[in-house]
Amino acid sequence: MKREIKFKLNGEEVTAEVESHWTLLYFLREVLKLKGTKEGCGYGECGACTVVIDKMAVNSCLFPVMEVNGKDVLTIEGISGPGEALHPLQKAFIEEGAVQCGFCTPGMIMSAYALFEEKKNPDDEDIKEAIEGNLCRCTGYVKIIDAINAAKRGK
Amino acid sequence: MKRFDYHVPQSIEEALNLFKSLGDAIYIAGGTDVMVNIKRKKISPKNLISLRNITALKVIEKGKELKIGSCVTHEQLLKDKYIEKYYTALHDAVRKLGSKQIRNVATIGGNICNAAPSADTACPLLVFDTKVLIRNEKGERKIPLHDFFLGPYSVSKDEGEIVTGFEITFLPPYSGSAYIKHSRREAMDLAIVSVATRLTLSPEVDIDFLKREAGEKTYSEFESRLLSYGITVKEARIAMGVVAPRPLRAKEAEDYLCGKRLTDEAIREASEIASSVAKPRDTLRGEAWYRREMVKVLTRRAILLSAKRAFD
Repeated sequence: MKREIKFKLNGEEVTAEVESHWTLLYFLREVLKLKGTKEGCGYGECGACTVVIDKMAVNSCLFPVMEVNGKDVLTIEGISGPGEALHPLQKAFIEEGAVQCGFCTPGMIMSAYALFEEKKNPDDEDIKEAIEGNLCRCTGYVKIIDAINAAKRGK
Repeated sequence: MKRFDYHVPQSIEEALNLFKSLGDAIYIAGGTDVMVNIKRKKISPKNLISLRNITALKVIEKGKELKIGSCVTHEQLLKDKYIEKYYTALHDAVRKLGSKQIRNVATIGGNICNAAPSADTACPLLVFDTKVLIRNEKGERKIPLHDFFLGPYSVSKDEGEIVTGFEITFLPPYSGSAYIKHSRREAMDLAIVSVATRLTLSPEVDIDFLKREAGEKTYSEFESRLLSYGITVKEARIAMGVVAPRPLRAKEAEDYLCGKRLTDEAIREASEIASSVAKPRDTLRGEAWYRREMVKVLTRRAILLSAKRAFD
């Protein structure tokens, strides 16, 4: 069933016609062609599809697109600064070597982004809690935690 | 994915009417179970009726009783200082539930209505003698949570009825509770076995002295001395997860402990009884004998922690 929704995506007001059974992830990747958000498991286990909705990290693979109506959605494409300057988190991930295959990276960064929205000065435990729903099969997480700490110091 | 239409009612009445007029429909709250079940083709409803835009269901009320709306998210519960202080077992449970992404959307009503034998909020709510509030066209009905669970993924509710919330009576002074989840991973894991306990104590010794002791001593120091004070147990509740088709109260162990002095011997005996009531299965996550052994360990630990928290 086709339905109309209005919401804010990466700072811009969007009005779109969607199928009511779509997930937010499907809409982002297959319709809007925003391919930064990844589909890993598709069941809310891995966090590769993490986006930020109203300042909270959410698995977009389980999020019905109809529920974003009236909400503020931020994806990895929306966090860079003017002139496509990288976000401090993106820079820190590169500089600290926190990216290997890169598949978990957008989700990790969005989880970290939501953490900074909630806490200005998170400690290691806060960081681990923020990324507990994001699986990385390459790094062993240490570099990722280092990168988030580096971004915190750079703020 | 199979097509479905998605409805966003703004009130409970509107949701009930929608269900009646649509026929083939199910309710969805946070969706972290429902969407997975649809994707795995376990269910294929023609219509989803979303409950998460109904403001009345998203409130934690602290009036004559504690009332938690069914669409309160786990993150909301986790951040509630009142629940952390007085209903600590529930705080323990939501701390280790899923992941941040899951807690941000998943609701307590969803966790209970999904009725997994491992549902993390079930055991804490059981030890608080929680009642389930259910709405249908005729009005509201209220049943004890203990009677609400029928079996794995099965609850005592007609499909069209809506669980609106949970009613919890205020606990008497000197009550403490704890929930301990035994799992292989800290996050994103289901319990191998879990235990919640709640004690209401009747201290016959100087209460201020006990409070000072609780504040000043480390946990292990206080634990070893706590049992020598001769405190009487006024009320005890013990609930176990993943040891039966549904979350289970160990009533025999509760009865044993009630009226007894809280000693190491009494706690060990209660733990043995709880373990003997448990009827776990062999599964990939853990074998039955192991689960029975762990019930003993976790019950003992949860009782000690509850006793200590009764003076916090």
